[in-house]
Amino acid sequence: MKRLILWVPLAVFVVFVGFVAIGLYAPAERTVPSALIGQTVPDFDLAPAIAGRPGLSSVSLRGNGPRVVNIFASWCIPCRAEAPQLEELARRGVPIDGIAVRDRPQDLAAFLATYGDPFRTIGADNDRRVQLELGSAGVPETFVIDANGVIRHQHIGAINPQDVPAIVAAWEAAR
Amino acid sequence: MIAEAGLAALWLAAALSLLQLFLGIAALRPGGEGLLRAVRPVAVAQGVLAALAFLILIWLFLRTDLSVELVAANSHSAKPWLYKFAGSWGNHEGSMLLWVTVLAVAGGAVALFERKLRQDTLIATLAAQALIGLGFYAFLLFASNPFTRLFPVPVEGNGLNPLLQDPGLAFHPPTLYFGYVGISIAFSFAVGALVTRDVGPAFARAMRPWILAAWIFLTLGIVAGSYWAYYELGWGGWWFWDPVENASLMPWLAATALLHSVTVLATRDGLRAWTVMLAVVAFSMSMIGTFLVRSGILTSVHAFAVDPQRGAFILALLILYIGGAMALFGLRVGTVKEGSRFDLVSREGSLVANNLLLSVILGIVFVGTLYPLGVEAVTGEKLSVGPPYFNTAAGPVALILVALMGAGPLLRWRSDRPSALVTRMSVPVLLSAASLLALIVLAPGIGIFPLLGLSLAPGVAAASVAPLWKRNLRRTPLFTWGMVVAHLGIAVSMAGMASESAFTKETLVAASPGQTMHVGPFNVRFDSVEPVAGPNWTAIEARLTARRGEGTPFELRPQARMFSSPSTPTSEAAISTVFDGQLYVAIGEEDQQGRWQIRLWWKPAVTLIWFGGILVALGGFLSLIGRVFRERRSAAAKEVAAGADMPAKEVLV
Amino acid sequence: MRGFFLAAALLIATPALADSLMPAAEYANRQLPDPRKEEQAKALMETIRCLVCQGQAISDSDAEMAGDMRSVIRERIQGGETPEQVRAWLISRYGNWVTYDPPLEPVTWPLWAAPILLILAGAFLARNRFRRRKN
Repeated sequence: MKRLILWVPLAVFVVFVGFVAIGLYAPAERTVPSALIGQTVPDFDLAPAIAGRPGLSSVSLRGNGPRVVNIFASWCIPCRAEAPQLEELARRGVPIDGIAVRDRPQDLAAFLATYGDPFRTIGADNDRRVQLELGSAGVPETFVIDANGVIRHQHIGAINPQDVPAIVAAWEAAR
Repeated sequence: MIAEAGLAALWLAAALSLLQLFLGIAALRPGGEGLLRAVRPVAVAQGVLAALAFLILIWLFLRTDLSVELVAANSHSAKPWLYKFAGSWGNHEGSMLLWVTVLAVAGGAVALFERKLRQDTLIATLAAQALIGLGFYAFLLFASNPFTRLFPVPVEGNGLNPLLQDPGLAFHPPTLYFGYVGISIAFSFAVGALVTRDVGPAFARAMRPWILAAWIFLTLGIVAGSYWAYYELGWGGWWFWDPVENASLMPWLAATALLHSVTVLATRDGLRAWTVMLAVVAFSMSMIGTFLVRSGILTSVHAFAVDPQRGAFILALLILYIGGAMALFGLRVGTVKEGSRFDLVSREGSLVANNLLLSVILGIVFVGTLYPLGVEAVTGEKLSVGPPYFNTAAGPVALILVALMGAGPLLRWRSDRPSALVTRMSVPVLLSAASLLALIVLAPGIGIFPLLGLSLAPGVAAASVAPLWKRNLRRTPLFTWGMVVAHLGIAVSMAGMASESAFTKETLVAASPGQTMHVGPFNVRFDSVEPVAGPNWTAIEARLTARRGEGTPFELRPQARMFSSPSTPTSEAAISTVFDGQLYVAIGEEDQQGRWQIRLWWKPAVTLIWFGGILVALGGFLSLIGRVFRERRSAAAKEVAAGADMPAKEVLV
Repeated sequence: MRGFFLAAALLIATPALADSLMPAAEYANRQLPDPRKEEQAKALMETIRCLVCQGQAISDSDAEMAGDMRSVIRERIQGGETPEQVRAWLISRYGNWVTYDPPLEPVTWPLWAAPILLILAGAFLARNRFRRRKN
């Protein structure tokens, strides 16, 4: 028994190496996904972010077929990079709703004028309350929500050209 | 030219390390006695060459030699010279070179100064040290070369992270590394003694001063890091159980246990296996910490290069060294005869309990730090383990340990009666009980841990000093004074921690000039805001006047600073230290109504945290000096004899 | 330097860390009028992880999102929720990663049991070091 105990430190070390090797070779995602995927969108109601465009509420996300909600901001640099991809999605018939985080109307209008405007509605989330409610940890993020208001898919970060098919597929799967 | 000289010095040092290893192995074989005398000079030369390489790197930084890639990436010609100097280790490659330099210099120091150790054990130790060095030289030369050139030479460097442009940076990493890497000596001693089967009192006495030296630096390094974070980050926090902070604490816990265990081995020839394992664990924790910080595997504000390939290299070294040492332990320790058994109520008993509790705390910190990694590896789920876990899990164990620390030195070696201990502890226990009562009555809302900590502290402080009671102070050995001061330091530090936790007052205000705010016993008037500039930064400086009751007003000037290269905002808090605590003021942003975000804290007794830590290091220093002089004055046998035949009245070492 | 590279890398790879032009949320840096509630909120904030930082609590972070989270926490506590309810709400949105206080669940029982297990293991290891007192 005593001899066996002497090998315990080595055994502990081997277990440590195992965990650490897994951590090194299958590095974990640094992003924080929403825990609400597969659950109903929590209730929210956002005022319009710019004049002439309706705001966004959880009620409006139900009953109209699956929707894509894009959380973005004019001060967010990767959001500029994903604008062409959003245009592409809109061209393919995907309805896109926007949530503008902490944006002043004039900045938002300038952003839309420069980078394109694929949004049917844009809600103003001036204190990030709705972003927190949805389990979103930054901008830009994109959610696919089905006709029953259930969150089906989350894309974290800017949408690159190669991500577009996946989002279209998720939207179609949500029908 | 100079950079190439530095690289050449490094290669030479690595080559000497290889030679040291081969010479050591050859000298230990039968027939190799002639080579014994060759090993020491090689080790010393290796230390000198490694130090030379590091000095050359410092020189390159001081001259802002932008043709060297590392300097271009981490320095800037407009930086103050102190931060050019300190910037040499404010990056992965430079700090790794410092790491290897300390390793080599420590080995050279042992070769130069160690006289008491049995010769074959010393050679085995130096060979082990050389073996460790080889792996890290390889890492440095092949995966983290600090001397690579850059073409074309850039016009200007990228500058140093402003959070690191601070006097604390000049002090904290080197001090920490002298301790962190210096404890490699203990590891090598343990491996050497396992190889030559020399684990005994003589070995323990020889190893003890080296452990003490490394431990003193480690203590100071951690204290410096804590204070630096406190005043630099602008939020008044002094420990966050961040993975990198834990990476420095774990070797300290192991080294503290080792320090105590080696005394039992030296005077009682007991705890052989424990002592050897602790020596291996201490440096293993250092190496694991180096790995965690540099592999990108854990998220931390302190993390260095996020580089899985370098991480894999270091992991391979860990497997080789830690795996090898622990395998050697398993194979050899079974044949090491254990010493005699102890009474539970005795100095030895309390030291065993001390070993145990420190190891438990070490285990808790280890498990907590690596748990998120383990869970993610097994289930893919992400979770976070932070202060709530560490404080709740390690807190009670630490409190028990500190209480034991008060009682232990009052126990006699070999055997003691519980009733006698109770008598000796009566004053400390009364003090603690009185404090507990006073706190319950006067400060009813404070949490259980601060309550217990603050109650224990006066009693333990009294118990720490008790060994001096009724002794001729001038004839008390210096290492006894060391023990007293170090234990007192722990009690003082704990009092500071508990007080900060229980009694800190915070006020957050959006203030306009002319407005007066209150925090704790202070009234603070916000006078004005002025722009100021420094060598590589501009700032908005707030001028505030603080006053305590009817006392003399004094000024505070916190800044919101913007550095130029790289362009980074920092908050420079204004801290005013008074006799019973600190007033800590930081300034944030201006809002649209022209009001400034001001954060004020009143932290009673918070300086005790670091003052206590300095006392701990001072105690270690006194012990070191005391041990070194004692060894010089009397033969080693005399000490063992004195320990064995201590008359009933003699209480302490 | 490393901080700069890291921040730059993160800007490209993951959601942006830049700050907006709008002012801080109402209770990001303002204390609640009720000291007891403020204490509860503060204690909770110190155990909630900042979503956009490299390992910090929202109570210590200068990030704008951390301020927004502080504000939401203060408002919910002001509105009568208990700290545990607010923590549960955050966990329901972000998973266990967002709290520094790991909940007591099957996946964390080894973590919480570790101190006891370690003490027992240590006592077991040390049992042979002691001898019975001759009395």
